[in-house]
Amino acid sequence: MKKQIPIYFVLISGIVMLIQYFVPSEESEWLFTYANDWVIVVGIFALALGIWSLLRTEFKKLKNPKEAFYAGTLLFGYFIMVFTGLKREWLEAGHLHMDLFNNILIPIQATIFALLAFYVASAAYRAFRARTALATILLLTAFIIMLRLIPLGPISEVNQTAVGWILAVPNMAAKRAITIGVGLGAIATCIKIILGIERTYMGHD
Amino acid sequence: MARKLLMSLFVLLLIFGTAGAQEAVQDTIGPPSPAPPTNIVVVDRPNDTGHGVLVNWALSADDGGGKDNVLAYEVYRADQADGEYVFRGLSVKGTGQYEDKDDSPRINDLPNPGFLITEKTYYYKVRAMASGGVYSEYSEAGSGQPMENWFHVGKIPILIGVIIFWVLVVYFIFMARKGTDYYVRPLAGINAVDEAIGRATEMGRPILFVLGTGTAGDIATIAGFTILARVAKLTAEYQTRVLVPVNDPVMFAVAQETVRTAYLEAGRPDIYNPDNISYETAMQFPYVAAVNGIMLREKTATNFYMGVFHAESLILAETGNIAGSIQISGTDQISQLPFFIAATDYTLIGEELYAASAYLSKEPVQVGTLKAQDWAKAILMVILFIGAVLISMNVSFIKDMVTVNL
Repeated sequence: MKKQIPIYFVLISGIVMLIQYFVPSEESEWLFTYANDWVIVVGIFALALGIWSLLRTEFKKLKNPKEAFYAGTLLFGYFIMVFTGLKREWLEAGHLHMDLFNNILIPIQATIFALLAFYVASAAYRAFRARTALATILLLTAFIIMLRLIPLGPISEVNQTAVGWILAVPNMAAKRAITIGVGLGAIATCIKIILGIERTYMGHD
Repeated sequence: MARKLLMSLFVLLLIFGTAGAQEAVQDTIGPPSPAPPTNIVVVDRPNDTGHGVLVNWALSADDGGGKDNVLAYEVYRADQADGEYVFRGLSVKGTGQYEDKDDSPRINDLPNPGFLITEKTYYYKVRAMASGGVYSEYSEAGSGQPMENWFHVGKIPILIGVIIFWVLVVYFIFMARKGTDYYVRPLAGINAVDEAIGRATEMGRPILFVLGTGTAGDIATIAGFTILARVAKLTAEYQTRVLVPVNDPVMFAVAQETVRTAYLEAGRPDIYNPDNISYETAMQFPYVAAVNGIMLREKTATNFYMGVFHAESLILAETGNIAGSIQISGTDQISQLPFFIAATDYTLIGEELYAASAYLSKEPVQVGTLKAQDWAKAILMVILFIGAVLISMNVSFIKDMVTVNL
């Protein structure tokens, strides 16, 4: 019974939402909004669980000398942000909470994002090593596409045509094939969930 | 006295005569008025919530012909046939239709005069606007009602596609249950799962399972949970730790339940540690920092990346590469696939991620859905081929048939 109720609930709500997609009436729109509001409600309850997990794990890590520094930093940052944001008006610009957010958190996030530039170079180096015939084709194609950004006189015009063809024909064909596969796979997964064949998301096999 | 009267009459005649002549001159040299649009027909706007109409009219005789001076059409609306007509909008020349749609009853907490009430009759007039700020006469009024629609006609191709696919899935599941054995092409990424977990066990290091930065409702994330369940079951059997840092509280709850159940099914609930599934943060790059820290501190032997990924995909995969981990990735995000292909050892491309649960479980019912996908792809390929041939011959039958009008 404990297993059956969620499965029937998923079956009914799945079919209702499927029908809702094809019905444009106001009642249907309301149902869609109502269902999405429930996602937010569930998310808020789950957030409390998440915060509990975070605090419990980090407090445990404080006992481990190897991890104590990182856990301590995280907990210090967490409580500073909580206490400086307790009042609604403290969340406005000019208060400590927003100063910490704008001047510490955002630059740190930008720094991590900037790592991408270096990682693109290292990943490209490995990917473009011409060890096999396919890797060689990849290397040549990438070379042609990268040349697009460099002015090469009369060669540029020919190169632009080649790049246009690569992007519009083989590249687009592959992307569309993947998109069609993803679409069918997603529908198949949805059907499996609605019919109760796929149940691992509920913690059941 | 008589002379004075005669003079006054002469002056009056002169004044009126001149004025008449001036009017005649203006009529001759001023911009000419265009002919008004005719035949106003107001119909319900299809496939909506009942707050829109389509106003159609026959073009002015001077639009594309005659004096050819029409620039646009102005559309006016009233609640009653003889009521006050209020300007609603413009349509450019050559266009005989205007869509009047407004589904907001209030704007800034005040009643919205533009709001269309379902099943209420509205009256419309249209006039043509010509160059030089000259307008035609108003057309005759036409009336119509916005109606609530109960079926989106533009989505018929999707409905047909879903029904066909649903029938295929149910048929192949039925056949699989009857005992039909279906062949499935081996996937290198799936075959490597056992090897990767075995490697972690031999090295005595944990396994990292990253579910991406999507939400629990994403299909790719749900597929990720399916793979996590299989991986967690194997790690329970091998007594290897599996670390699952997540960025969404709902995903956290589901991941904990998935791993806990996998350990129960493996018969090892005693070694299940809920702290191995941890909520890190909901923010993208702080989450990346947390996961990278785990990789480098714990020296994870195997990293799985299964779910929805964005810009963080390459940062995670390259850090895993630096840490010397075997890496298996899978996502349905086309923009991130090249990064995973370049930086990880095995990649499940798009639909392969969804198919993974069938591959891992080998259950006939799951494999049956894979066959349905193959058949659906075959049907789509035939439609695409015939459609491409027909459209090349200027026949748009197939194109019209599959076009979705949202």
